[in-house]
Amino acid sequence: MPELGVLLPYDYSPLTILAFVLVLAAYGYALLRMPEHHRPGAVRIVAFVVGVLLCYGVMQTRFDYYSQYMFFVHRGQHLILHHIGPFLIALSNPLPVFRFWQQRLSPVLVSALKPLGLIYRLLQHPLIAPILFVGLIYFWLWPAVHFDAMLSRDLYWLMNWSMLLDGLLFWWLMFDPRSPASGTALGYGKRMLILALVALPQMILGAWIVFSRGMVYDVYEVCGRAWPMAPETDQLLGGLLTWIPPAMMSVLAILILLRRAMHEDERAAGRPPNLKGETVS
Amino acid sequence: MIRWLAVALATLTLTGCQAEPENWHGKDIQGLMPDLAFELKGTNGDTVTPADSRGQVRLLYFGFTSCPDVCPATLAKLRRAVNDMPDPLAGDVTILFVSVDPQRDTPERLASYAAFFGDRVVGLTAPEPRLRDLTKRYRTTFGYDEPDAEGNYNVSHSSAVYAFDRSGEARLLLRPDLTAEQVTEDLIQLASAAPD
Repeated sequence: MPELGVLLPYDYSPLTILAFVLVLAAYGYALLRMPEHHRPGAVRIVAFVVGVLLCYGVMQTRFDYYSQYMFFVHRGQHLILHHIGPFLIALSNPLPVFRFWQQRLSPVLVSALKPLGLIYRLLQHPLIAPILFVGLIYFWLWPAVHFDAMLSRDLYWLMNWSMLLDGLLFWWLMFDPRSPASGTALGYGKRMLILALVALPQMILGAWIVFSRGMVYDVYEVCGRAWPMAPETDQLLGGLLTWIPPAMMSVLAILILLRRAMHEDERAAGRPPNLKGETVS
Repeated sequence: MIRWLAVALATLTLTGCQAEPENWHGKDIQGLMPDLAFELKGTNGDTVTPADSRGQVRLLYFGFTSCPDVCPATLAKLRRAVNDMPDPLAGDVTILFVSVDPQRDTPERLASYAAFFGDRVVGLTAPEPRLRDLTKRYRTTFGYDEPDAEGNYNVSHSSAVYAFDRSGEARLLLRPDLTAEQVTEDLIQLASAAPD
């Protein structure tokens, strides 16, 4: 197979490709058309694009093949879809792009999207968001559910998309650049508490997988692995990927928020608060 | 978002509907997998499709004839399971043995291998790309080890048997830990059900 073949999707999904193309196109168009002083800096643009491309890469390249037939690669896929990709996208602060499009959407469309706003606010409730975040991980890793999800193409796509969308919601709630002091954004203390709380159950689940004696996820046994690897090794690596990197993401996010909170404190002490609601980070 | 929720709800409802009080030893995969469809090469060189075994309960199994233990054990178990079925029903089961090692498994070799496991077994294979398409359809895969000095190599493949009902709908995944008796019971239940 030619080298370029690895970049082609294993399971071609036109809807997924369309979604990613639309997101990148909307982002690029907004960048070109928005006034200079609103435009995000190069680092933020790179963070956004890398986040999007990472998610695309694990869904629509050869990586997806290995995710379907190796447990630990599957865990890596979800680490990117639910953590790293959305983490980068939220951290890149695409708020100016949202505003750009909000101003250009017709009022009819905006009012038609109202119900979506209600669902959004419900899902972003500080009690519901962390439960949803951890709950989805537990749901799709429930052995019986996981078995079905790996057997059914529809469920498999539902699983990956739900992880990606929930990842975006959660990390956006955590990294919302609007200052809690001057807006409705969640306070930094609450955000840090949520980050610490979601790390715990993920660590417990990962440790449980790592220390399980038997085969927890035998679907990879039943369906054949992509290459001959001892099932115990596969499960051990997958468990470690569930256990350690997500916990580190929480720690990293807490550090970023601490820094942001300290900056805002300093600014509040020296200057009037930032009413424009845009912080740089 | 709404679209996603709608899909999620639809899926949940569908999954809910499948929870019928049927009792299977195998894993119920109704609605999870596509129905039986393939175009493979038979041992006499003819093209074989599901139409050739229309109306039968079909058992689909991926393997290779040089397989040291898993394939012979599985096929022997399936032969026993089918032979233990009551008389009229046993003739209504076809075992489709698909070799994922077309390089070594010539039609002759496949024919004698299939015949060894009884007249219910049909030996099939195809060029690798077509096999890749078929295994992908049933969300399984296969891979080859590096050949040793004598040119022998191992092949990784699915260890489960896919069971399709008389109308060709995917119904059960028979895991390797099932006994022949359990497979027999499942097959009787599958074969006794009236076709749609």
